[in-house]
Amino acid sequence: MAIIKSRKCLAGAHVAHHKNTTEKETKQLPLSKKVTIPLLQHMGAPCEPLVKKGDHVCTGQKIGDNSAFFSVPVHASCSGVVEDIVSFTNIVGATCKAVVLAVDEEQQQAPVSRPVIETREQFLDAVRESGLVGLGGAGFPAHVKFGYRDIDKVDTLVVNAAECEPYITADYRTCIEARQDIVDGVRAICKFLNLSRVFIGIEDNKAFAMEVLDEAFSPEDHVTVVSLPSVYPQGAEKSIIYATTGITVPRGKLPADCGVIVSNVSSVAHLGRYLKTGMPLIEKRITVDGDAVSDPQNLMVRIGTPVRDILTYCHVSEDDCGKVLMGGPMMGSALADIDAPIVKNNNAVTCFLEKSSLLPKTTACIRCSKCIGVCPMRLMPAKLEKAYDKRDAEQLERLCVDLCINCGCCSFVCPAKRHLAQKNQLAKAFLKELKSKEDKKA
Amino acid sequence: MSKWTVSPSPHMLSSNSTSNIMFDVIVALFPALLVGIYVFGPRALIVTLVCVAACMLSEFVIRKLMKRDNTLGDFSAIVTGILLAFNLPPQIPLWVAALGSVFAIVVVKQLFGGIGQNFANPAITARIFLFVSFSTYMTTWTVPFGYQHMADAVASATPLVDIASANTLDLFLGNVSGCIGEVSAAALLLGGIYLSIRRVINPLVPLTFIGTVFVFTWVLGENPVNHIFAGGLMLGAIFMATDYSTTPATLRGKLIFAFGCGVITTLIRVFGSYPEGVSFAILLMNLITPLIDRCTQTKPFGAGGKQHV
Repeated sequence: MAIIKSRKCLAGAHVAHHKNTTEKETKQLPLSKKVTIPLLQHMGAPCEPLVKKGDHVCTGQKIGDNSAFFSVPVHASCSGVVEDIVSFTNIVGATCKAVVLAVDEEQQQAPVSRPVIETREQFLDAVRESGLVGLGGAGFPAHVKFGYRDIDKVDTLVVNAAECEPYITADYRTCIEARQDIVDGVRAICKFLNLSRVFIGIEDNKAFAMEVLDEAFSPEDHVTVVSLPSVYPQGAEKSIIYATTGITVPRGKLPADCGVIVSNVSSVAHLGRYLKTGMPLIEKRITVDGDAVSDPQNLMVRIGTPVRDILTYCHVSEDDCGKVLMGGPMMGSALADIDAPIVKNNNAVTCFLEKSSLLPKTTACIRCSKCIGVCPMRLMPAKLEKAYDKRDAEQLERLCVDLCINCGCCSFVCPAKRHLAQKNQLAKAFLKELKSKEDKKA
Repeated sequence: MSKWTVSPSPHMLSSNSTSNIMFDVIVALFPALLVGIYVFGPRALIVTLVCVAACMLSEFVIRKLMKRDNTLGDFSAIVTGILLAFNLPPQIPLWVAALGSVFAIVVVKQLFGGIGQNFANPAITARIFLFVSFSTYMTTWTVPFGYQHMADAVASATPLVDIASANTLDLFLGNVSGCIGEVSAAALLLGGIYLSIRRVINPLVPLTFIGTVFVFTWVLGENPVNHIFAGGLMLGAIFMATDYSTTPATLRGKLIFAFGCGVITTLIRVFGSYPEGVSFAILLMNLITPLIDRCTQTKPFGAGGKQHV
């Protein structure tokens, strides 16, 4: 097998990498005394609790599910007693219930066993039961993606190991530490979805991960490792499909419509491990870094662990720290409360010092058009901003604001420090609201 | 109130800023300023300082009168001042230079909304305003190094009037009469290279402008090398046809703009009654920039061929 260089790529910004933790082997974070497990950690319908206050649960036991197709079950990440079932608001403002567990000493494991899979239906069921969601950040239910109605037309799997966000090295460590799980995961997906070729996209600042994965696969796997330029955001879904396969996913279409599915490398690794052990998704590899972290690390963290416990473990001083992000600095969300729990699709906790937390003052647009040059979707952010300020729905539609992937490149390069990416998000919400009003009228 | 700062992503920004960009432009203008002072004497420096001071003062006052925030910190007024001075003959009366500066800042820039909002280049428009209003002052040239022989006001035509017989090396280095900042093609090119390296401008824009003039004057039987080194072409192509506010947003649009500038410059120089056409060419293309912008929008990724404008 060979490592090939991608021939054509979409635009992006040259963002400093800050990959300080590439050589930091993943350590297990000691268990917290209490974990809060939200029952909505995916895109779709929230789960209903399967346990009640006072119940004892074992590690890996299912504690939430929903009969809806667009939903993924949630499992207990530690053994312990259900202290309470509370109402919970997640980072994007959606509300659901959350199970609060008082973690016990014994740490009993639920009787999990290796799933027996022969057909595609059984495979999709197993994917759902494993609690897998898109671990790259979107939290899209994996069984929905793999069970797409036109999945028979799909022949290509793109494994996203680009990890373009600054600071984060969790996926890189997964490539190094869990290479066999990745191989098993890829083989299972290809077998049951009948895929004939696989591309693994990795940015070229992670040469070792490329070598490791290239060696791990055998020629029959039809796996090609593709070296991507280290220009943020190569890991955006449409960007990585374009860079690895050359396919353009048209506006309003899914990758599966173009014969491709994309899976994050951590998702693939989890799947590979689940098929061997039957232990559902109860922990995540998290990079803890940022200028407020003197000893940056990669940690294996149980789902539901409060961010506060991670900061304490990494000796982050709350007094100096001004901002804590769930995720990386380009797309991560700032936390208002550091007791928030780690959820399935988190891959980093980034902490910034007080002085680097504040946003600089916004000044007038000077029409430098740098935002146009860096937009991977070839949008015109400055123009979109003006259209949104005028609430010009027609113009927003014409300029394809819906294509914005919120990568933040436009805000990053803007010399006037305008909040261009945020305006696009607001514009999308504005169009959605307008549309729902129209639908109501009709 | 939580102690944590909560703000939208991205949480990491580039070091780009408006003042950094303007500072780079000032740095890039420096070689040409030094040559101007060397060729025309201290008078060139005085005219430049008067223009810069008048631009800064008028920007401060008009912003105050309009109850807007003070924008002197972005350095754009300094850039306008230097560029206007570069477009003036060294012997210009200082009050004319100051008047031009006030016109550039107040009428052309601030009345249209300030930085990024003006549709015409302030320095170019002010030059044309002065040219039309004070044509005698604006066409009284000084011989190079005349100040060393106490022969300041000796009138001599600019090389553009008799382009065929001008010495190419003199044009390149700046040993000619003309406006303060435009005499040395070499110094301006140095600034252009600096701006390209700093990614403030795209070098394709001035190259297209200059290349178009080269090809068209050649086709028309003129001396193309002298044409590209003479007059305000280098200054206009590198520093004014690349102005953010008044030129198209996309690269395709910028190149159309530069090509149009080249064509109009050639037509005015070769067939027009004025010897120089760069300012008029840029101003005319400034006016159709919104149209070019409209026709050269980017095609979003995967949005299909049809773009209803």
